[in-house]
Amino acid sequence: MGKVTEPVRPNLTVNGELLRKLLVGFIENEVHKMGFHRAVIGVSGGVDSALSAFLAAQALGAENVWALIMPYKTSSPESVAHAELVVETLKIHSAIIDITPQIDAYFERFPEADTLRRGNKMARERMTILYDHSAALSALVLGTSNKTELMLGYGTLYGDMASAINPLGDLFKIQVWQLAAHMGVPEEIMKKKPTADLWEGQTDEEELGFTYEEVDQVLLLMIDKRYEIQDLMEAGFEEKFVRRVFGMVQSSQFKRRLPLIAKVSGRTIDRDFRYPRDWGR
Amino acid sequence: MKAKQTKIAIGQINPILGDLSRNLSLHEEMVERARQQGVNIIVFPELSLTGYFVKDLVPSLALSVQSPHLDRLKTLSSDISIVVGLVEESSDYRFFNSAILLEAGEVRHVHRKIYLPTYGMFDERRYFASGCRLQGAESRWGPLGLLICEDLWHPSAPYLISLEGMDILITLSSSPGRGLGGGEKLESVKIWESLNYTYAYLFSCFVVFANRVGYEDGVHFWGGSEILSPAGTLLAKGKYHEEDFVIADLDQAELRRERAASPLLRDECPDLVLRELKRIQGEKMKE
Repeated sequence: MGKVTEPVRPNLTVNGELLRKLLVGFIENEVHKMGFHRAVIGVSGGVDSALSAFLAAQALGAENVWALIMPYKTSSPESVAHAELVVETLKIHSAIIDITPQIDAYFERFPEADTLRRGNKMARERMTILYDHSAALSALVLGTSNKTELMLGYGTLYGDMASAINPLGDLFKIQVWQLAAHMGVPEEIMKKKPTADLWEGQTDEEELGFTYEEVDQVLLLMIDKRYEIQDLMEAGFEEKFVRRVFGMVQSSQFKRRLPLIAKVSGRTIDRDFRYPRDWGR
Repeated sequence: MKAKQTKIAIGQINPILGDLSRNLSLHEEMVERARQQGVNIIVFPELSLTGYFVKDLVPSLALSVQSPHLDRLKTLSSDISIVVGLVEESSDYRFFNSAILLEAGEVRHVHRKIYLPTYGMFDERRYFASGCRLQGAESRWGPLGLLICEDLWHPSAPYLISLEGMDILITLSSSPGRGLGGGEKLESVKIWESLNYTYAYLFSCFVVFANRVGYEDGVHFWGGSEILSPAGTLLAKGKYHEEDFVIADLDQAELRRERAASPLLRDECPDLVLRELKRIQGEKMKE
């Protein structure tokens, strides 16, 4: 079989209107059937949380959506400004909760902690704030993790990955951008380089070492179309890149499952005790 | 003597997952409404009495065809034929994904889903026994084919019933919407609509496709129920993603005209099929 010089370009185009309807319907249905009417979202200024907020506002009404903006002292001021832009555009409720005091208080005791530890602690602090507000407001926490970061394991376990329902979890980053454009997420947010903003100057693509455009193509073929590594190489993708992506998917599988339970009884949670989450609803 | 016209309706509903009594009430209300509109047959989607992702709930939701829970629907069926989807329990405690035809106060026909999808997002063979019979249903409205979802992805299923006699092919479905590469429509929608059209045309019969709506565990069902003529023309179409009540009149004269113009059934060679199938299976066994 001859080697293809130009990589196969899989179709990552989505119909914005179709997707909008499905995801708005999802939020409306799955929030209401659990007996809730409100959503709370950690809005970071990035495109994912902006999109979640736009979808939630349509599904539940702006008066039923709360955006929590939770900067740390090293968060870029641009992030906060963009988060506020989302709030103003949608006319949803919001609160700015600076997490610096509690993070700094903790790390005073552990000054040797590296940036990874600090970043994860911040992500988890934000999660606890969201869940506390979920109780205070009787609102469900809406997730913002997209399929690309979930597949690559690029998220904090029990941090930004935690939510009650997640409308974006089956969309690759490239598809998130398309839907965001369709729904009118502001240009400035659409255009900027994605970042977890956990330390100064951090960008996703620099940290990962490849662009979303590149990795989404491989992921669509690898995950959705079940291409094996050999198939991807024959399709024209560089072997090293393909193996790296596969490695990231494989080694992050633990992040996509419930904690491993030692099976000793005849019927074990999530293994042979299988019920739908929407049981009776 | 067959009825000249049959008014058929589809109850494109959103069943409540695992709630038998609420779903039964929902059905009874809808049947009553249909009866008042002069409907002759009302069709509900696959597992309409229970919801789709029932998993370990199967034994607690299962009904035998003699169950008193079905009494009210049986009574209603004196005036209007009813097709419902349910988890059926056999006398030896096997559980099936079944469709039943209720007519004149009794269960006239049972179809137990044969092809149980157990791949990708589906896990039916884990919870259900597979049906092992394929037979047409004799209804007061004529010969019907009753199939469930995945059954229709095996052309041999409607093919066999068409040989026996099938004026109306009725498919009960709980089709989840999926596949983003299809432009304006999800891929699963496009595939089903092609299938329905193709079968109407190839088997020269009316096609009634009853799909549900709603979300279960983040999966949505796309509705879009439809009724097609034997020429493949769309007679009625349900809304996508919303509950709906879809009605059409099926005209015997139209069936007759279409079979005269396009005698595919007449020209079919079941003896050849049988002979060659035996040969192919015989050869396979030697592999």
